[in-house]
Amino acid sequence: MKIEVLGTGCAKCKTLYENTKKALEESGKSAELVKVEDIPSIMKYGVMSTPALVINGQVRFSGKVASVAEIKGML
Amino acid sequence: MLKNFADYIVFNLLTLKPGSRLGEALDFFIYDTIKIFLLLAVIIFVVAIVRSQFPPEKTRKILSHKREYIGNVMAALLGVVTPFCSCSAVPLFIGFVESGVPLGVTFSFLVSSPMVNEVALVLLWGLFGWKIALIYIGTGLVVAIISGIVIGRLRMEKHVQDYVWEMQVGNGEIVEKTFREKLDFAREYTLGLLKKIWPYVIIGIGVGAFIHGYVPQDFLARWAGRDNPFAVPVAVALGVPLYSNAAGVIPIVHALMEKGMAIGTVLAFMMAVTALSLPEAIILSNVLKKTLLATFFGVVALAIVFVGYLFNAIL
Repeated sequence: MKIEVLGTGCAKCKTLYENTKKALEESGKSAELVKVEDIPSIMKYGVMSTPALVINGQVRFSGKVASVAEIKGML
Repeated sequence: MLKNFADYIVFNLLTLKPGSRLGEALDFFIYDTIKIFLLLAVIIFVVAIVRSQFPPEKTRKILSHKREYIGNVMAALLGVVTPFCSCSAVPLFIGFVESGVPLGVTFSFLVSSPMVNEVALVLLWGLFGWKIALIYIGTGLVVAIISGIVIGRLRMEKHVQDYVWEMQVGNGEIVEKTFREKLDFAREYTLGLLKKIWPYVIIGIGVGAFIHGYVPQDFLARWAGRDNPFAVPVAVALGVPLYSNAAGVIPIVHALMEKGMAIGTVLAFMMAVTALSLPEAIILSNVLKKTLLATFFGVVALAIVFVGYLFNAIL
């Protein structure tokens, strides 16, 4: 599984990254977690409001910080 | 009822004298704080639910290939209901122009979205009354529409950073939220926003209360009254660095108006605070070359100054 957190480096993006990391730890699943900060890569997904979460190349949500529990449900 | 509650605390429990400076200032502070926070919580929640119906992806689809005028009007209106944070101004801008939203229409959106925001509306409504709040929305939309049309007419496409036009933009399928998710979104949005702005609101109301109680009546009439032609441009220039503090600025401005600041000057100042921001300019310089960035600021500032003079003349 590959998880990408899209965001240009704002505070919300960092929170989403931390939440995702925690969700992974708590669920015990293994995945490659990366932070995507460059604009061209973010735009490739067509995301216009950051932060956004991409799992296996699919945008799950954008423009919000999901809670740890919410992210766990998506893994 | 809230007024009675504030009166009770200040004049009965704290036994301050009605009419004393400290008493009046404290009474003003308690009343305004409770009123504003109640309004903020309710209105932000409602606005958040409305906003969850208009993700930027949907707005982009509606605005794509729209013509001048109708496109500018729709962009300004959609700017009010589409959630916007200056931190995602860059992906939003690229997403818009790449999918065929004309440059001028994009700017109408970029002006109205931060200017007509829920926090400014609540504070205006709560402190100045619904008439001023409506005037602010109306003139804000007009400023956004006209600025967008002017920028569109100037044909400044070549002043957008070149890489923007070469970028590959994905489709961005809209993940439709369930009603439950929209409620969750609204709740988190409201709490998040309140958490961010509450210190500014309290400081703003505190300073406003101090001015209310201690600054003599008509103190500002000479400098910021309608007879001083420089008051409006100076207010606009002062508003630029105060961005994102609409929450703190509006209560202070409210108190200043009581002391003689003219209404047009007040409106112009608040529009400059919300629409023209330095951090946003820095973020936008990633996608706009200097000429276009300066034009954007110049056109919007001129429009706001014009609004200021207009309302000083007619009200």
